[in-house]
Amino acid sequence: MTSPIELDDLECEFKEEVLDKVPDALLDRCMTCGTCTGGCPASGLMDMDPRKLLRMVNLGMDDEVKKSKWAWVCTMCARCVNACPMKINIPKLIYNMRGAWPRDKRPKGIRGSCDQHIRAGNAMGVPTDDFIWTVEDVAEEIREDQPQFKDMQVSVDRVGAYMAINQNSREPVTEPDEMGPLWKILHLVGADWTYPSVMWAGENYCLFLADEEGWRYIMEEFVDHVDNTLGCKVVVNTE
Amino acid sequence: MRRFNIPHKFEFTSIIQLYGQWIREGKLKVNSDWNKDLKIKFTVQDPCNIVRKTLREEMADELRFVLKTVVGEENFVDMVPCGVNNYCCGGGGGALQGGFTEERRAYGKIKFDQVMATGAKYVVAPCHNCHAQIEDMGHHYGGEYHVLHLWTIMCLAMGILGENERSYLGPDLANFGL
Repeated sequence: MTSPIELDDLECEFKEEVLDKVPDALLDRCMTCGTCTGGCPASGLMDMDPRKLLRMVNLGMDDEVKKSKWAWVCTMCARCVNACPMKINIPKLIYNMRGAWPRDKRPKGIRGSCDQHIRAGNAMGVPTDDFIWTVEDVAEEIREDQPQFKDMQVSVDRVGAYMAINQNSREPVTEPDEMGPLWKILHLVGADWTYPSVMWAGENYCLFLADEEGWRYIMEEFVDHVDNTLGCKVVVNTE
Repeated sequence: MRRFNIPHKFEFTSIIQLYGQWIREGKLKVNSDWNKDLKIKFTVQDPCNIVRKTLREEMADELRFVLKTVVGEENFVDMVPCGVNNYCCGGGGGALQGGFTEERRAYGKIKFDQVMATGAKYVVAPCHNCHAQIEDMGHHYGGEYHVLHLWTIMCLAMGILGENERSYLGPDLANFGL
């Protein structure tokens, strides 16, 4: 016969672990209203949804929670917490579920992009010299082919530029011509800008991988370069 | 940086806020005249990271201000729901690289249906994940729409879009203004 769950005897180690790190995730407050689940595009995928997941966390079903692949299907889009009447931060729970996976068991594609970013400064792993060469080559082509932009300046690491601009690494690698339109706009408004050569890419796969150390390292390197080497006043995110 | 408490001297901004500022200041001379007779319809994706998770309504409004300036208010059709309450495309959080393709596409069906319901021929996606995911949804579920970066349509409107910068335009605009 099924016996009632003794709430006093429940051990919810994973919940406590997450709440230690992010007390404002408020995982205890769920009233099971299901507003999160009603508005979540990942509801029902892999037979999981945000409300169910939170129930499992609050019932101490740590093994099932920690091995649920749904952590990688949820995109941490935050529509749930945006709608939650108790402001429970499910994306932070998901982030910590991802972080609970052994690093080498996390999805290869995301891990690879994070590793490349740490190593090369961008998720596609382009060497800095190749990035600079591509930028200069595309700029030269525009200057030659489009007389209106014959004076267009594009630079990497120009010390003292007002703005440092990041660029998703997909552009220089797979569709370099897509950089041109942005440069032309910057040229027309007379923007004083440069690309940083260190951690120049706009993407952030270490966040997605829940690699706290890697993410922090990328940020520290970037801040140090922009502040202390280039002295840019503004960092512009292009996506 | 906020997350790790890394001290920094620079300020952060988004290119979309700068576009808006430059348009208001008159530095960026762009308008929707090119689309007056064509009446090509556009919609926009609200990237979760810059809208719901950070600048919220401020960013959603700015994005629409820029896009409406470029394509014409009457040629802009919003998704339902939109802004802070818009749905994620399904490509975020590393999903495009995560390996769970079947689930990612099931997730993205909501976005596909939203786009189709607008009747727009072009979706402007100011985030690379959104761009790639919405494009993949179009191919997978058979949508007729095209997905654009904001800079493409801005340069097209100003008549400065080069020949080799048009890979995301549909046949209707592929040669426009050349």
